[in-house]
Amino acid sequence: MEIPYAVHPRPDTGIYNAKVGIWLFLASEVMLFGALFSAYVLIRVGTPPGEWPHGWQNVTLGTANTLVLALSAITTLMAWAACKVRQFGKFKLFHGCTLLLALSFLCIKGFEYYDHLTHYEIHLTAASASGGSIADGHMVENDPGKDYVIIEGRYVNSEQQLIDLRSQKDVPETELKIPRSQIKDMQSYGPWHNDYLALYFTMTALHALHILGGSIVIGYLWGPGRKLWKTDPEHFTNRVEVSGLFWHFVDLVWIFLFPVLYLT
Amino acid sequence: MSLKAIHLIFVNALTALSFGCAIWKFMDYRSADGTTGDLLFSLAAVAVGVLVIIYGRYFLKKLKKMSYL
Repeated sequence: MEIPYAVHPRPDTGIYNAKVGIWLFLASEVMLFGALFSAYVLIRVGTPPGEWPHGWQNVTLGTANTLVLALSAITTLMAWAACKVRQFGKFKLFHGCTLLLALSFLCIKGFEYYDHLTHYEIHLTAASASGGSIADGHMVENDPGKDYVIIEGRYVNSEQQLIDLRSQKDVPETELKIPRSQIKDMQSYGPWHNDYLALYFTMTALHALHILGGSIVIGYLWGPGRKLWKTDPEHFTNRVEVSGLFWHFVDLVWIFLFPVLYLT
Repeated sequence: MSLKAIHLIFVNALTALSFGCAIWKFMDYRSADGTTGDLLFSLAAVAVGVLVIIYGRYFLKKLKKMSYL
């Protein structure tokens, strides 16, 4: 027995089964990300004035990723439109571009994560010769066999100086050699560092997982899944549309994540 | 809602983001620590916003016959 409305839309609703399915799934996704955005708002408004970090993200990389995702939304739409007018060659081209853009997004995000995870805040047992009791910068050398660590950064007097970095873009950084005996504690800028980074990593990692999942689906349709085009092009076009709906949802989430995490 | 409809929503959101970024960076430029880089970013964001609007009109024209459902 053939499943009704698997390919052709139901006359009274005008939509086919998979479209109902993806919208139900996207509704649950809205709740998932909505909960995280709510957590962000509640934690942020509960933070005492002057303690919420600013300027901790690389806006240039964030902007580049926004443009990459915007372009990928366009290529997804073009791929679907190409299927609609039965131009399979153009579909392959546009979907291939979407795949490359998705991988570019993940590479840039990976670089940003690496940058955060190699950035350290080191509390010293006593103030350094320059007066600062905290060393902040990127790890250059951290060999457990050696009695010192080397970072590319600067000394500051208090954590307060590290909270708002918006007006500290041109602060000079030098190579600092710190003996391990002078280190009280040392922590990288990972999700464990503070509430802001915990939210940043949770939200962006969940989003990146969605990008990865979407890339797998797009890759499948571009690769082995394209066999369906030969036997049932309309069914294949529906699959491209459904994957495109998911992709647009993921892009829309980024449109909200970018200003919230990078610009405010 | 079809891909065409959600793409239209996306284009609108991207336009709002572009002009929002333009205003944000222009405010930065006007502040005491403002740099030429802030002004260039602001102008680039305006340009992207305009391009997105032009693209939005183009895609609506191109996909005129496709349903929003």
